[in-house]
Amino acid sequence: MQGHVQTAEVPAAARPLLSVNNIEVIYDHVILVLKGVSLHVPKGGIVALLGANGAGKTTTLKAISNLLRTERGDITKGSIEFAGEPIDHMNTNELVRRGIIQVMEGRHCFEHLTIEENLLTGAYTRRGGAEVRRDLEMVYAYFPRLKERRTSLAGYTSGGEQQMCAIGRALMSRPRMMLLDEPSMGLAPQLVEEIFEIVHRLNQDEGVSILLAEQNTNVALRYATYGYILENGRVVMDGDAAALRNNEDVKEFYLGVSASGRRSYRDVKHYKRRKRWLA
Amino acid sequence: MEAVGLDVLTWMVDFLSGLFVDPFFAVARRPDKLVQILIQGVSAGVMYSLIALGFVLIFKASGVFNFAQGIMVVFAGLSVVVLIEAGVPAILAIAGAVVVMIVMAFAIERLVLRPLVNQDGIILFMATIGLAFFLEGFGQIIFGADPKPVPVDALMIPDGKIKVLGGLLGKPVRIYELDLTAAGFGALMVAAIIVFLNRTKIGRALRAVADDNQAALSVGIPLRTIWVLVWSLAGIVAIFAGVMWGAQSQAGFSLAVLALKALPVLILGGFTSVPGAIIGGTIIGVGEKLGEFYWRGVMGDGVEQWLGYVIALIVLLVRPQGLFGEKIIERI
Repeated sequence: MQGHVQTAEVPAAARPLLSVNNIEVIYDHVILVLKGVSLHVPKGGIVALLGANGAGKTTTLKAISNLLRTERGDITKGSIEFAGEPIDHMNTNELVRRGIIQVMEGRHCFEHLTIEENLLTGAYTRRGGAEVRRDLEMVYAYFPRLKERRTSLAGYTSGGEQQMCAIGRALMSRPRMMLLDEPSMGLAPQLVEEIFEIVHRLNQDEGVSILLAEQNTNVALRYATYGYILENGRVVMDGDAAALRNNEDVKEFYLGVSASGRRSYRDVKHYKRRKRWLA
Repeated sequence: MEAVGLDVLTWMVDFLSGLFVDPFFAVARRPDKLVQILIQGVSAGVMYSLIALGFVLIFKASGVFNFAQGIMVVFAGLSVVVLIEAGVPAILAIAGAVVVMIVMAFAIERLVLRPLVNQDGIILFMATIGLAFFLEGFGQIIFGADPKPVPVDALMIPDGKIKVLGGLLGKPVRIYELDLTAAGFGALMVAAIIVFLNRTKIGRALRAVADDNQAALSVGIPLRTIWVLVWSLAGIVAIFAGVMWGAQSQAGFSLAVLALKALPVLILGGFTSVPGAIIGGTIIGVGEKLGEFYWRGVMGDGVEQWLGYVIALIVLLVRPQGLFGEKIIERI
């Protein structure tokens, strides 16, 4: 890691819940997408994974949840550990059982199932009807709007409701860790705030650790405790969320603010970043 | 010139009245015939539905149009017949056929579906065409190419006929017990499948897979297990269809062609609807028999062969998802 922000490594005593060690991902045997990504999520933390389109955020999450294989992607180097156990090459079903679940980009609700049926499919890996019922009520307590729409087909609900449904569905598996991919996508700012607020409460009250891939750097860094910035399949910078927020380069490249005031992101584009970070 | 024009005109009048007027006179003359034909149509429809049901299950869960469904019906039917011929009791023969179909489902998942995961629907469709040819050749090696009669007695399928409504219609109407049995079992099977899909956890998972298999995978639903399950289920439906079709004529490889009769049923009922398969089957069955009987005079023989496709074509123009297919959800 060649980050500009100097922060202490994650303390050795608190062993991270999830650690990704120097993984390389290749699609279709030829397209190198991740070129050695390492990151750690402590127990109970919210960690943000930031970067532009095509930086490798989604691929990183899919490598962890092992949804890569259906897209002909493969982890060719490095390792992934969850709660001290190696989990690369474990299939998704097994990972969900162990408490790590991904909420995919673009919601992906089951359109022809009702909201309630959607939520119940999240409990597929679990047994015990009474407990599942209780958790359903818990999800409704976090997302009262879903309760109102419990009998509507998910395909007919709004984007915000679908995002809530997707998060609620993941919650039904009783996860220890959630991988959220771009939860703010296509939502009005107010809804984005509402959803992040709920994610924050889930983290605080239910103890769900969160790894969050986001393009909305501003919101992500307000809710996260730690952040990694990905570019071209590499981590180019990492640090505490507060430190990243105040870093001049991050301000300039990702938040659109620089020493000389607000500027268009367009004007500072790649050549400059390349010079400073990737040279 | 005028004479020719008149000829054409009278021919047109004859033709149209043959299509739309004469049938009603015919019905008034022999009401028992109409009832008889309706009953025949419904029972033919049940038979079509049985085949369509297998298509629907597989299409719902994996988005694959399974061209091999017809040959699976033959395979299942012949397994039962061959086992009974070998002296196995009927119940065990059916259980044996269930095992055969489950083994087939595992093999298909392992050898055909798994290597083609995430490919386009058309590629999987091509693969099932290949599968159909393979099963036909393989089946002829195992069972021999000759059609075999289904031992109706051993299976305890009644094959008498009942005469009803003699007083009301002047002449009695015949109902075959075989048809009644098929309809009864068919209804039972459909009810069971609907309950399974809507009320159980695995049924729900199956519908989830049908909607979005990536998302289903992401919440921990194992796709392979679901696929094996649904192909097994389609195989079990095929056993029933095979025995019933076989009992009407003979169990042989020519039955596989009948699977094409399921196509208009699917288009009419919707590829994704279980009740649609049944209602679609009935409409096509009744339509064909009515057309065959009342339009034979003006259209010639063989109306039955094409009428189903015409009905399907008209439905396709008006409602592309079929009468009961899943709504195509569009967000604006």
